[in-house]
Amino acid sequence: MTMSRDEVFQKVQGVLVDALGVDDDEVTPEATLMGDLGAESIDFLDIVFRLEKAFGMKVPRDELFPAEGILNNPELISNGKLTDKGLSELRQRVPHMDLTEFEKDPNINKIVDLFTVNAIVNYVAGKVNAT
Amino acid sequence: MRWIWIDKFVEFESGRRAVAVKNVSLAEEHLHDHFPGFPVMPECLMIEGMAQTGGILVGQTSDFREKVVLAKINKAVFFDYVTPGDSLRIEARIETLAPEAVGTSGRITRGDQLIAEIDLMFSHIDHNLAGKKFPEENFVFTGSITTLLRDVVLDGPPDDRCGREPPQ
Repeated sequence: MTMSRDEVFQKVQGVLVDALGVDDDEVTPEATLMGDLGAESIDFLDIVFRLEKAFGMKVPRDELFPAEGILNNPELISNGKLTDKGLSELRQRVPHMDLTEFEKDPNINKIVDLFTVNAIVNYVAGKVNAT
Repeated sequence: MRWIWIDKFVEFESGRRAVAVKNVSLAEEHLHDHFPGFPVMPECLMIEGMAQTGGILVGQTSDFREKVVLAKINKAVFFDYVTPGDSLRIEARIETLAPEAVGTSGRITRGDQLIAEIDLMFSHIDHNLAGKKFPEENFVFTGSITTLLRDVVLDGPPDDRCGREPPQ
């Protein structure tokens, strides 16, 4: 089954409206889940559950939002920033996220800004169109 | 559970669904103030009833080893007042089950009438994303749930059963 990016976006938008109680016009591609849409940690699991249902696929927990695997590894962090090794690990794990801005200042507190609506759309589009 | 708000379970399908009963009585003190002369069950206490029904259903899937806490109210819609003398049937179903969390859907009915639809998420807090540690003993589930499960007999070997022993 192939889906256009727009179709994926529409469905992801519906998932986020239901999971986070936001209006559809708030769910723009650039919106960050925590900063703009007010998601908390339990919401990430809720989003994963709903995506699995909406798209009929398995979403491994550490694939879509893998931050904790990196943040819990002291080898990848120095002075509150991701090291070069940390950055390259992150790049490998999140091909669906745009790291351009983050790479300029890889402060670990800013890692949550990578969790955008676009990142979810990229991830889901990659998955549904790969099968 | 230190505070029991439902009266008993009447149906229990391990890992799938459970039904509990809650009888509403004018002897419940909060009904004297909510509201004077017009006693209605607070809707938050309907959510509590669903959280206990769903929470025990979820807890039983791990033989009450996991600490199960209410993490999110996904949906809570109410269709009518509940007043003293009403007998509520609270049905919870497991929709999604993962090591970290469980999603349930639920309905509360009075006879044939739909009173509420309540969907919840429960977290297994020892698997929380922040890696926080909690005391080892399971402070969520205590002996009192055995009383709630007195009328339902669960499948599985006796050691794994959380209800009472079947009659000899």
